[in-house]
Amino acid sequence: MNELIEKMVPRFPVNKKDSLLGMLQEIQKAHGFLTEELIREVAQYLHLPVNKIYGLATFYDQFRFHALGKYHFQICNGTSCHLSESSINIKDLENQLYTKDGGISRDRKFSLESVSCMGSCEQGPVVKINATVFTNVSPDELNRIIRSLKDKTE
Amino acid sequence: MQFDIEINGEQVTAKKGETIKNVLDRIGIKVPTLCNMNGFTPTGSCRLCVVEVDGLQGLVPSCSHQVEEWMKIKTHSPRVLKARKTIVELLLARHPDECLYCNRNKNCELQSLAEELDIRERKHQTKRLSIQIDRACSSIERDPAKCILCGRCIRICDEVIGVAAIDIMGRGSDSRIGTSYNKGLNVSSCVKCGQCIMVCPTAALSERSNIQTVLDALHNPELFPVIQFSPTVPASIAEDFNLKTSKDILNLFRAALKKMGFRQIFDTSMAADLTIMEEAAEFIDRWNKQSVLPMFTSCCPSWVRYAEEEKRKLLPNLSSTRSPQQMMGRVVKNYITSSAGQKPSSVFVVSVMPCTSKKHEAEGDVMKDNNTRYVDAVLTTRELVRLIRLMGIDFSCLEPEPNDTAFSLRSSAGKLFGVSGGHLEGLIRTIHYMMTGQEINPIKINDLRGLKTKKETHIKIGKQVLKVMAVSGLANVKSVLDEIESGRKDVHIVEVMTCPFGCINGGGQRIGSDEKSLKSRMKAIYDVDEEEMIKVAHKNPIITDLYDKFLGHPNSDQNKDLLHQVPITEKTV
Repeated sequence: MNELIEKMVPRFPVNKKDSLLGMLQEIQKAHGFLTEELIREVAQYLHLPVNKIYGLATFYDQFRFHALGKYHFQICNGTSCHLSESSINIKDLENQLYTKDGGISRDRKFSLESVSCMGSCEQGPVVKINATVFTNVSPDELNRIIRSLKDKTE
Repeated sequence: MQFDIEINGEQVTAKKGETIKNVLDRIGIKVPTLCNMNGFTPTGSCRLCVVEVDGLQGLVPSCSHQVEEWMKIKTHSPRVLKARKTIVELLLARHPDECLYCNRNKNCELQSLAEELDIRERKHQTKRLSIQIDRACSSIERDPAKCILCGRCIRICDEVIGVAAIDIMGRGSDSRIGTSYNKGLNVSSCVKCGQCIMVCPTAALSERSNIQTVLDALHNPELFPVIQFSPTVPASIAEDFNLKTSKDILNLFRAALKKMGFRQIFDTSMAADLTIMEEAAEFIDRWNKQSVLPMFTSCCPSWVRYAEEEKRKLLPNLSSTRSPQQMMGRVVKNYITSSAGQKPSSVFVVSVMPCTSKKHEAEGDVMKDNNTRYVDAVLTTRELVRLIRLMGIDFSCLEPEPNDTAFSLRSSAGKLFGVSGGHLEGLIRTIHYMMTGQEINPIKINDLRGLKTKKETHIKIGKQVLKVMAVSGLANVKSVLDEIESGRKDVHIVEVMTCPFGCINGGGQRIGSDEKSLKSRMKAIYDVDEEEMIKVAHKNPIITDLYDKFLGHPNSDQNKDLLHQVPITEKTV
């Protein structure tokens, strides 16, 4: 059994389906996304079919199935942010970050995701890059941020 | 408790606890449905069976709503009809208009619903789904664009087969039916049984067609095309062409195959006899050594695949005997056609099976040169019907063709393979003879017959008593397997068939088969057993001849490679 799952065993009883979501959340926290191997391990542990688990996980927006880039952009697409005057054009952003919505750039530096609401409707548009939240973001400001991130050398 | 309710202005008696649809079915009022399946708890998700009930605000789904005493129901009021029509129009919005090129044309529930509800124009336009067709699996093809998300395939896969190879992925308008991580069916937990095809209302699920391959082979002068057919096929063909299931059907069927250009015709039941001989000898060997019991039968490739993927601990319990299809292919290529002066590589063996899984099985079994397969192409019963129509064969003008090749001689025990419990019955007859030297009496084992998914009985052989079990519907097998894994010791032979009631209900049979046709197919098989002179595999002269000339004795070392197989030890999932 995988180490991560082994650590979870005492907290998540084997014969309970309710253990599933909690386990998936912990896996995502540790790995950044749900890996195929770990879903298989969970399936074996809880005696559930792999496809059922994957089906359930795809129901929730919180679960991801691909790795994130070094800088993960979350763009609020909630009603308020979407309607705010200087709203951000996701197509432009896709071009600038070299990735599609929900994808990752080839150099693995950027990933992009549009999300429903981050709870700061009065300060929209809202953009979250990794753990940092930017409010009242104008397109120009976003450009500046992206340029500075691109210039950063490791 | 019984009471009267009013349906469309008429008084109708209803029982407490039954659903509105039960009552409607009884009095002959048809309401359409897409998600409802006989024998499953209703989900009420497609909303097509809605009816109007006086006093209730919304329309109620008749499949899941119970009748109550005060009800006044209208089943075809303008409001109901409009709702149904809208539902189908919305389903059609994303459905490709490909009926002309679709393999379910004229046999599609969505198509006939649109026709019944008089839909004459495309009301809604929306972007079509552009999801690739899943052609990764050699048995089953999945075209998500044609899927209407009724969920029947998911339910049968989960509740009857018990593997849950597909599920709804995503949410809302993005949801679609698929496998985990969008992989092909070949690497999912799918066992290729094809039961999902049988319940799919559209062509979202269908078999991988081999018709073109077979046509090419029939018209290739360098090839020598021969065909073998499984025990249930003639009866199913008779259904499709409205022929009477009689003794003659087999000869008519042969005549049709001859006319299509097959040079020799073999009955797979003959190889089933061979399977019985090997399996019986194998069982007696295990019984004498009292090692690795119970023995599981291994002629159902879906079950074998399930065991290889999920129940690896029980793999030693699986009989190593090859399935009749593969035995036939091997015997044909190794002995029969070589005596007719043909090289194995120029013989093209086609088999017709009521099964999609056999396509997968045939692909895995190749000769040592890695190029020649023992069975070159597998057709389902459905594909053969299409091929017969394509070749313009008219059954009413055919002269019945008598049995020509000596190799289609078979005992009725081999014929019984087509129905759950039948394989076991044939096997026990031969085991009894091999162990005691006498025929079993009575020869009919009634406990193993009938449309049940789990049958068990005790068989007295000399002074010993064998406990045997026939289970069909893979989900029903799980509980038996769990008991055996946790140490149950009193069972000796377990016959497993993936499809409920066996191959008569296989995933390659006619779509839309009901219980009546299952019963008639089963009857056709047992009738053969009733009338046949040779009722046991060990009395089939061809089999005794084969053993005398080539094979030695059953389960001997010399035919280990030819007639037995080693289970795959590497997991693919």
